[in-house]
Amino acid sequence: MTPVSHEQHASALLTIENIYLLIGFVVMFLVVKTLQDKQHPKRFTTALFWFLFGSVFVFGDASIALVGEQLTYLWVGVAVIIIALLAGLNLVSMGHYELPEEQAKQQDAERLGNKLFIPAVMIPMVTVICTLILGDIKLAGWHLFDQQHVTLSALTLACGLALLASWKITGGTPVRALSESRRLVDSIGWAAILPQMLAMLGGVFIVANTGTAIQELVTLFISPDNRFMLVALYCIGMALFTMVMGNAFAAFPVMTAGVALPFLIQGHGANPAALVAIGMYSGYCGTLMTPMAANFNIVPAALLDLKDKYQVIKVQIPTALTLLFINILLMYGVIF
Amino acid sequence: MTELNLLPLVGIIVIIIGFAMRFNPLLVVSVAGLITGWAVGIDFISLIANFGEKFMNARQLASFLLILPVIALLERYGLQQRAKAWVASIKGATTARILSLYFVVRECSAALGLLSLAGQAQTVRPLLAPMAVGATANQYGDLPKEIKDLIGAHAAACDNVAVFFGEDIFIAFGAVLLMDAFLQENGIAGIEPLHIGLWAIPTAIAALIVHLFRLARLETHIRKAIAEHRQKASKNAAETADDSAQLREETV
Repeated sequence: MTPVSHEQHASALLTIENIYLLIGFVVMFLVVKTLQDKQHPKRFTTALFWFLFGSVFVFGDASIALVGEQLTYLWVGVAVIIIALLAGLNLVSMGHYELPEEQAKQQDAERLGNKLFIPAVMIPMVTVICTLILGDIKLAGWHLFDQQHVTLSALTLACGLALLASWKITGGTPVRALSESRRLVDSIGWAAILPQMLAMLGGVFIVANTGTAIQELVTLFISPDNRFMLVALYCIGMALFTMVMGNAFAAFPVMTAGVALPFLIQGHGANPAALVAIGMYSGYCGTLMTPMAANFNIVPAALLDLKDKYQVIKVQIPTALTLLFINILLMYGVIF
Repeated sequence: MTELNLLPLVGIIVIIIGFAMRFNPLLVVSVAGLITGWAVGIDFISLIANFGEKFMNARQLASFLLILPVIALLERYGLQQRAKAWVASIKGATTARILSLYFVVRECSAALGLLSLAGQAQTVRPLLAPMAVGATANQYGDLPKEIKDLIGAHAAACDNVAVFFGEDIFIAFGAVLLMDAFLQENGIAGIEPLHIGLWAIPTAIAALIVHLFRLARLETHIRKAIAEHRQKASKNAAETADDSAQLREETV
């Protein structure tokens, strides 16, 4: 083994593979808990849903090492289709949870006081501190964190430390914490998997050259002399395409290469730095308005147990539309 | 010129129809992927493998699952109740003020690159939403579900808007580097990430003004919604009373 490959692989204590394993074990624990929940209305299908999801994390990397990439990607793809079917046929649901009375929680809250906040605040704080300070730290030649995923490694460490702190403060064990988290994970349900599904769809769109098709379509509606229409088309196009893709990063190269670069920068000599900065922000206005940006708009609605899963989006629409309008005027005012 | 090929767009139409018909989003997205692949002639096995590959490579998106055990345990011991009680003890704490303060802190810290300082799972669910709800509950007593949902949605929106429009000022952020790389690839030289970051400031300020203005009006909105709800509730109660009175008369 060459020293170089040693540097690249297995040179960190907290590798991304270990983090995936950890996520997988958390999910598998929930599967066991779901199977034990005799009052669960859809016990077996809900357990299967999470088992398939957890398998991708627990067995994914081992499977690549054993049977190779092609076969692994194939079974993961099949698992994903089954996951979508289980969710689509409404076979995944909440279970039954033993919750203490509101009064008991109130008493605990009074007894523990503001100490209850410590672990919750620890997660973001420790993550940032570790990212900044421990990012490059080496112990006996080993990096503490995966160098490709420093923030994620720091987050994992922060969650571990916060779990210990909450154990100490509340007296509730880590196993109990995992059991309790089933209530939260079940209330998020299928939405937990949507971000990964959308990443998958983005991949298919790239292979299928969907971007090129949109670019050709957009080009049909442009009059290359009308500066204001070009600006408006670029900004609104960024927002709309972001709404479809769920991600402004995916929309940016397509819309900028299709509209901004040929017509605004080369055609009208626009200032590129201002153009791309405001263009990207127009895309973010789209992110605020689409269920496709699931981890920002749909997951929080589930996390907060909102009756209307689209309510976060509805609340964001006025801000998004106002900012899109401002962006168009601003861009028209500053780039020429 | 090549002729216009619209087949790759069929997936987008599936998504729009699927969401409009309120099918399960996981199903809509999978079907959109399958149909797009089929429309452009990718063979079925490699399409499924492509699904699997992209799904596996996006696994880091599930990392928020690691936060939930801590939050769940703290909630089991009254975290949300404590958050409400704490807010109740602060004089002059209103929903709008709490959300506005959070918005300013979140946008400024995002502009400094501290993106992981907060988030929907870390801060909005366990702390911000219960505090914002608590401030209104403090004023009006127990709140109906729809008012709690409205405030919760605003809390989530605050986090999103603040972080989105703050982060591009930070020059080491992915979006800025992506834009810089795009310009260089397309032969536009002499643009530094710093210039792009500077041009993000006007929109960031606009976002601050627009959203704080909306939050300032939220208090009035909540007051009206509560008044409406109470009116409806008392009307319903009166109707039920009427009905039961009528029922009694009929039975008599």
